[in-house]
Amino acid sequence: MTQCTVLNATHRALGAKMVDFGGWDMPLNYGSQIEEHHAVRRDAGMFDVSHMTVVDLRGPRTREFLRYLIANDIDKLKRSGKALYTCMLNEHGGVIDDLIVYFLDEAFFRVVVNAATRDKDMAWIEKQAAAFDVKVTERADLAMIAVQGPNARGNVHTLLSAATREKVEKLGKFSAAEGDGLFIARTGYTGEDGYEIILPQSKAVSLWNSLIAAGVAPAGLGARDTLRLEAGMNLYGQDMDETITPWEAGLAWTIALNEGRDFIGRNALERRHAEGVARVMIGLVLEDKGVLRHGQRVVTAHGDGEILSGTFSPTLGKSIAFARVPAGVVGDVSVDIRGKLVPVRVAKYPFVRDGKSQIDAT
Amino acid sequence: MIEIPGDLKFLKSHEWVRVEDDGSVTVGISDHAQSLLGDLVYVELPAVGDEVQAGNASAVVESVKAASDVYAPVSGKVTSVNEALNDKPETINEDAYGEGWIYVVKPSNLAEESEELLDPDAYAELIEEDE
Repeated sequence: MTQCTVLNATHRALGAKMVDFGGWDMPLNYGSQIEEHHAVRRDAGMFDVSHMTVVDLRGPRTREFLRYLIANDIDKLKRSGKALYTCMLNEHGGVIDDLIVYFLDEAFFRVVVNAATRDKDMAWIEKQAAAFDVKVTERADLAMIAVQGPNARGNVHTLLSAATREKVEKLGKFSAAEGDGLFIARTGYTGEDGYEIILPQSKAVSLWNSLIAAGVAPAGLGARDTLRLEAGMNLYGQDMDETITPWEAGLAWTIALNEGRDFIGRNALERRHAEGVARVMIGLVLEDKGVLRHGQRVVTAHGDGEILSGTFSPTLGKSIAFARVPAGVVGDVSVDIRGKLVPVRVAKYPFVRDGKSQIDAT
Repeated sequence: MIEIPGDLKFLKSHEWVRVEDDGSVTVGISDHAQSLLGDLVYVELPAVGDEVQAGNASAVVESVKAASDVYAPVSGKVTSVNEALNDKPETINEDAYGEGWIYVVKPSNLAEESEELLDPDAYAELIEEDE
């Protein structure tokens, strides 16, 4: 059965083209996804991300539980409101999902996981939580709106009470605060500054409309995908899954092998690392015409790989992609695009950060 | 959905043709097709002088979402191509039946091949069933 967020009618009234995304009826675009992309890079745009799953974890042993559940180190979170990006692994070191954890107090952490993986994530978290007496509560009563872009924070500030505004203006990146009934986190999935706002469903339509009035452009999942790929951010299901370790997905930076911490998947991860990781994720830029797309074959001197996420980058005006290729690939590669082998440049990512190209011009 | 001009004929695969006064035939893709594809980012044009064969791929339109062949509605020799699409492929999104034309052919078998094409009403009915 298709699910709808509380903003569904609002999207339709705005003329959105709707698509099924992980069982949810979501806006793909409101006309032009390229214009929506530029609005986020140059000004401010917003996304309904209420389909994502918010899970509250409560109990005195919650931190201890998270030390065990996730591959990143929860003890990096020392101050209330701080957030951490991490993978949640199975025993083989494969990625069950990627998620953000917020530390609120020692007996209360909040986790945001992907929509398409909701059922297996909930089952896994609940199964692991039992031994720690942690209470797992899905917050289906909450909506979430991401407001992103160089002017996003300023636009949000105009809608806040003086007290909340003062708190929120001081937020560092990857931190959250509460006020006016909103949970406001300075996080995002676009490579721009901005907020992800978690709020009661009953307040979502009114906040959305106030943001439009403040000059924020509605943006759909199409723009969200091109923005996150330019920003060098992984998409679960496309760039990694349960058969892929973080080593092979460009996510080594999220693995904390701090001494003495036993977390699920650690042994497998260490073993894989000692054996040598056979495949790695790289960034690609196509200088010629054409678009790199998921599933295309990548031909290298070390053997074949494949395109994971691939798209047209509106900011760069050319196609970019993530690919998984045999380790040790140096120099340029070719991609089989509709039967033609096209030379493609290997590039570091993020491709775009804070509105600016990060790749060398050629 | 914008009005379909009455002087066009269509392939089921959403290409349109217009027979010009001088007997040449202009080819493009329908407004419905551009709306399904989303923002166009590249157009691969045939070369002037190419012989295109009805039913075969004659150009490629590529959007943020997908690459799609443009099938030749009629056979003939390409006499001009819309070079402006190289810089502004989005012209097809904005004006599929006008400035967004793709190429012109001198048809070699028009009388017979045009019998296979749909008139605007039949095409409108087809895309209605699609939705």
